[in-house]
Amino acid sequence: MADLNVNTNQGEIRYLTPLDISTKNRKKYCRFKRLGIKYIDYKDPDFLLKFINEQGKILPRRLTGTSLKFQRKISVAVKRARHLALLPYQADLLK
Amino acid sequence: MNHYESTFILNPALSEAQVNDVIKKYQSFLKDNGCKIIDTENWGLKKLAYSIQNKLSGFYALIDFEYTGDENIINSYETELKRDERVMRYLNVKLDKYATEWSVKRRSRMKKEKV
Repeated sequence: MADLNVNTNQGEIRYLTPLDISTKNRKKYCRFKRLGIKYIDYKDPDFLLKFINEQGKILPRRLTGTSLKFQRKISVAVKRARHLALLPYQADLLK
Repeated sequence: MNHYESTFILNPALSEAQVNDVIKKYQSFLKDNGCKIIDTENWGLKKLAYSIQNKLSGFYALIDFEYTGDENIINSYETELKRDERVMRYLNVKLDKYATEWSVKRRSRMKKEKV
């Protein structure tokens, strides 16, 4: 019986102090609501870069945590910036 | 009273003086039609994110103006921009109250940076 216990313990990795891995995801929030930003400027491509991926596509709300109201404004602002060639319509390795 | 913002991209082949001429032309066009120009910005030569008419750069300019009345003036302003060969791209936007607030803030910030 004692032998069996030793065998099962060999395969396990043991730590002296428990690893600090948080399994809980931090709650996403809408940065516009939190910071009180009311207008998204299409003339500021550096800021809009936060809401598009490497290919220049607009990131979905489920990733950025933006509320629906401001997601609509982001999409308008990004599209205006694209029209003025401040942002590319399609790109590769944008960031 | 409506607040508008007009951004356009000019051909990079123009000289500095020609760029100023074009900006002045549209300023006086708006003024003659009863618009009140609040601010004009010349961003200078900038790189484009993609090529327009086979060009990779352009002169950006922005005119901020106020206008009370019907939309006919704005429409004729747009046709004027469309017909102009020196203008490669334009965007006219009507600003809502938050956007107007932001444009005031942005302008004062830019003035501070200049000083």
